[in-house]
Amino acid sequence: MLGLLSKRLLLVIPNLIGVVIVTFLLTRALPGDPAAYFAGPAATKEAIEQVRAQLGLDKPLIVQFGNYVDDLMHGNLGNSLTTGQPVVTEIKNRLPASAELTLFGLILSMAIAVPLGILAAVKQGSWIDHTCRVVATAGVSLPVFFTGLLLVYVFYYLLGWSPAPLGRLDVFFQAPTPITSFYLIDSIITGNVGAFRAALSQLLLPGVTLAIFALAPIARMTRASMLAVLASEFVRTARASGLDNRTVILTYAFRNAMLPVVTTLGMVFSFLLGANVLVEKVFAWPGIGSYAVEALISSDFAPVQGFVLTMAILYVALNLLIDLLYGLIDPRVRLEG
Amino acid sequence: MTDTVLNTPPKAEINKAESNSLLRHARYVVAENPVTGFSFALFLLLALAALIGPYVVPYDPLASDTAATLQPPSLKHWFGTDALGRDIFSRVVVATRLDFIIALSSVALVFAMGGLAGIASGFFGGWTDRIVGRISDTIMAFPLFVLAMGIVAALGNTVTNIVIATAIINFPLYVRVARAEANVRRDAGFVQAARLSGNSDFRILLAHILPNIMPIMMVQISLTMGYAILNAAGLSFIGLGVKPPTPEWGIMVAEGAANIISGEWWIALFPGAALMIAVFTFNLLGDGLRDLVDPQRRT
Repeated sequence: MLGLLSKRLLLVIPNLIGVVIVTFLLTRALPGDPAAYFAGPAATKEAIEQVRAQLGLDKPLIVQFGNYVDDLMHGNLGNSLTTGQPVVTEIKNRLPASAELTLFGLILSMAIAVPLGILAAVKQGSWIDHTCRVVATAGVSLPVFFTGLLLVYVFYYLLGWSPAPLGRLDVFFQAPTPITSFYLIDSIITGNVGAFRAALSQLLLPGVTLAIFALAPIARMTRASMLAVLASEFVRTARASGLDNRTVILTYAFRNAMLPVVTTLGMVFSFLLGANVLVEKVFAWPGIGSYAVEALISSDFAPVQGFVLTMAILYVALNLLIDLLYGLIDPRVRLEG
Repeated sequence: MTDTVLNTPPKAEINKAESNSLLRHARYVVAENPVTGFSFALFLLLALAALIGPYVVPYDPLASDTAATLQPPSLKHWFGTDALGRDIFSRVVVATRLDFIIALSSVALVFAMGGLAGIASGFFGGWTDRIVGRISDTIMAFPLFVLAMGIVAALGNTVTNIVIATAIINFPLYVRVARAEANVRRDAGFVQAARLSGNSDFRILLAHILPNIMPIMMVQISLTMGYAILNAAGLSFIGLGVKPPTPEWGIMVAEGAANIISGEWWIALFPGAALMIAVFTFNLLGDGLRDLVDPQRRT
């Protein structure tokens, strides 16, 4: 396992280098003169030159890159133009909101998609199978911001079951004492039932929106891989040995079918992290996605940069985690590593 | 001698026979899977809207009418009117063209970049393969929509840059397909024959391998068209690229988002539904095309 871990960590390094180079190039590709841009619209010529020297933009590109990497190592992502706050602090404060939403959406969609995919494969050609196919095709065609708005209209405006789509917690509630900074978990730990219910009711609609979006690839993959496994020889042997259906499907087939599903999770995360931005905008969710969108609209570049970098690093880390999980589930991978 | 001449049918007739068999095959596939025929009909409808939409809509998509703001759908305004009194039906139809142009040009761009890079990397292998592979891996290391946001933010907030960003994030997909297909064919008989008759590598790539992998690439194009539309609409939903008052589906949904809470559902619903139908059409069409081109991969 340790061998696999170190081998995988080595593979991550070129990816991280690529990510850092791309984000650096994106900063330098800003249209016009970055120094004039960072100095603000009312700056004089001297002020612009001063900013240029201050930012190190008068140095050769490779030195600039060195400085950029150095800044990153020290956790410095620059300051936001509009608020003047360091980008790192802001991202650190907002990350839990995004993480809670994304994970909630993922868990919810796994909880629906995996059983749906299994049922569709076991009862191939039944109505469940057809439902699965319709869900899978419709799910990939639905723009996630559109699903979100439809849910808001039905559950907030028409039925009134849901609170207004404005953030993580109703203004009348106090946020639970931050321990994990996940409102649901914190409120359970502190035993704050009111805050838990309020946080859950706010989280439900955006979470369901994300879940619908992630449903399609997971259900489709589960179905395909269950079908492949069910046709395999060891399942036939298990059936021939007289094991009951439940054991064959859940113990023998399902465990093996999960492997390709875990692999697709990487792709699902790529979609989810992107969709997260749109969902956060629809539900005024105070996460890093809406932070980046606000900054984009006011042409404030440092937060966008920090956001792209954070997301990329998160994504690389998640992929690493998935690979290790894969090794944990499948001993063959461990032996190779 | 005269006999052989008489026995070979004229060239035009061969072509006709070939196209007949293709037509028959297409008809067979459509009959087998009516969904493909349906998606093709939808595609024609959308293409028609993109082509002649701006000339046939009942209202000027930009003209506001302060006397008729926020009207629910009626016979006069089929899809209702928005906060400025603009006719939503006209705006949805007119927007088809812009959304199609964005998706088509980004797909054309990525086909040129990713398709060629993929063929070259599958054909030559070695360093070409390693460099192209590294570029793809680096792109794939980002969550794709986030990377698109970063690119548009860095290059500047214009429609052209949305096209470029959408093309870049689709790059790895095209490379993967083109690379695999070219790799299989690099030592095929027809390639060796072409090489023996003195064709350069470059010519073999473009004149011999490219036409052979076109069918598979067409499937890929159709499948990514839907994704490209979705991506472009997502970017304009968060305020990138297309500027108001230009009619475009993503931005129209964004404009209607504020009204959803107060119950005016039609402003966001119709452009959103149009977007959904367009994406759905391309996904179905892609699946149908795949059945036509590559029956083994049928699901």
